[in-house]
Amino acid sequence: MSGKAEQQPQRPAADQTRRGVLGAICTAVMGLGLLVLSAAGGLWAAATARFMMPNVVTEPPSRFKAGVPGDYPAGYVETKYKQQYGVWVVSDTYRGRRQIFALSTVCTHLGCITLWQESEQKFKCPCHGSGFFRNGMNFEGPAPRPLERFAIRIADDGQLEIDRSRTFQEELGQWKDPACYVSV
Amino acid sequence: MSLRDRIRGSQFWKSVFRHPAPVDRKNRMVVMLSNIILHLHPVSIRRHALRLGFTWCMGGITFFLFIVETITGVLLMFYYRPTLEWAYNDMLSLRDVVSLGVLRELHRWGAHAMVITVMLHMYRVFLTGSYKPPREFNWVVGVMLLLLTLLLSFTGYLLPWDQLAMWAVTVGSNMAQAVPLLGAEGPGQQVLSVGGVDMITCTSDTRFVLLGARIVTEETLNRFYVLHCVAIPLIAALLMALHFWRIRKDGGISGPL
Repeated sequence: MSGKAEQQPQRPAADQTRRGVLGAICTAVMGLGLLVLSAAGGLWAAATARFMMPNVVTEPPSRFKAGVPGDYPAGYVETKYKQQYGVWVVSDTYRGRRQIFALSTVCTHLGCITLWQESEQKFKCPCHGSGFFRNGMNFEGPAPRPLERFAIRIADDGQLEIDRSRTFQEELGQWKDPACYVSV
Repeated sequence: MSLRDRIRGSQFWKSVFRHPAPVDRKNRMVVMLSNIILHLHPVSIRRHALRLGFTWCMGGITFFLFIVETITGVLLMFYYRPTLEWAYNDMLSLRDVVSLGVLRELHRWGAHAMVITVMLHMYRVFLTGSYKPPREFNWVVGVMLLLLTLLLSFTGYLLPWDQLAMWAVTVGSNMAQAVPLLGAEGPGQQVLSVGGVDMITCTSDTRFVLLGARIVTEETLNRFYVLHCVAIPLIAALLMALHFWRIRKDGGISGPL
């Protein structure tokens, strides 16, 4: 069989035959096609992910008016904005200064809605028993940090205007920001 | 001709059942393989497949419960509307007004049982080493099925729309905002920002996509309804098909060495 190798015709290089060139063109076109397919697939996946994010949500407006500072004597907790806006409007002292501020009703433990207990003068969470003083500081139960405050200011008509789109956390020192309280 | 032979020789019968009842092994295989229901099981199984002390049959029971859940679930869908106005009332009326009111409880107990049996199945597979090569990928598929089972439970839990449902989903979905990179309050949230603008905010993170709003509300109920009744069962069905295919191709349920 040793003679057989010499008798085999020399195969020309692939790019010198019609078959080779056509094959290369087909491979390139297939590769291009696969690229386009994966690009289209990727775009489709991204568009589907974007589809799953709603563009319209129905919520009460984030800004609302809450009466004049005169409606809030010292130590008063307004409960009428809890149901619709999720806000306690409170007049109390923080670090020795009398302020009117807006506390979030959401417990900082796992997100249940707190209740105001007038007789005990504290906010209590019904889920796991977290307790907060009137000024929002946590003192009992599993809550790790105080209730969050919302931005509050006096609007042009003299009323308190609360903006729920801005929050302030006490443990980050953000309660020093004058945007989250109205001095009395 | 007897009545039996007349029926069996009729055109109707021969069109539905193409082959006569098997009398020998070859005909048995022909009948099994040409019947859509019978071919789901293998023609013959190894003896060890029947050792309940070894297999526990928990995988089969889980699949049976999935079928029960699908059937009871579809029946419940005829009387349940996933809206704020009707969800809770429809659940009460399914219990008190609709015939066979125990159907809702069967669905619920079936769900609890399915979670238990799927855990026992996983435990059995682990104890018998049936995750070892060549079955590693099937174990992974099984874990994905476990996650889907738990997600089915989670999404279904919201549908009665009672206090328990709403708060459970509130707490559970709060976890989605702590997801790294994709959660609004998770680590690395600012990594995905374009030109200083945060891409992941409380209206564009995983929690928002899951709930369809910023709190658990009517959009969430609808989303969870679609996930619970259509999306997750479809994916689970595909993965189950793969799971059973793998077992079949590995020669049936694994047995002791």
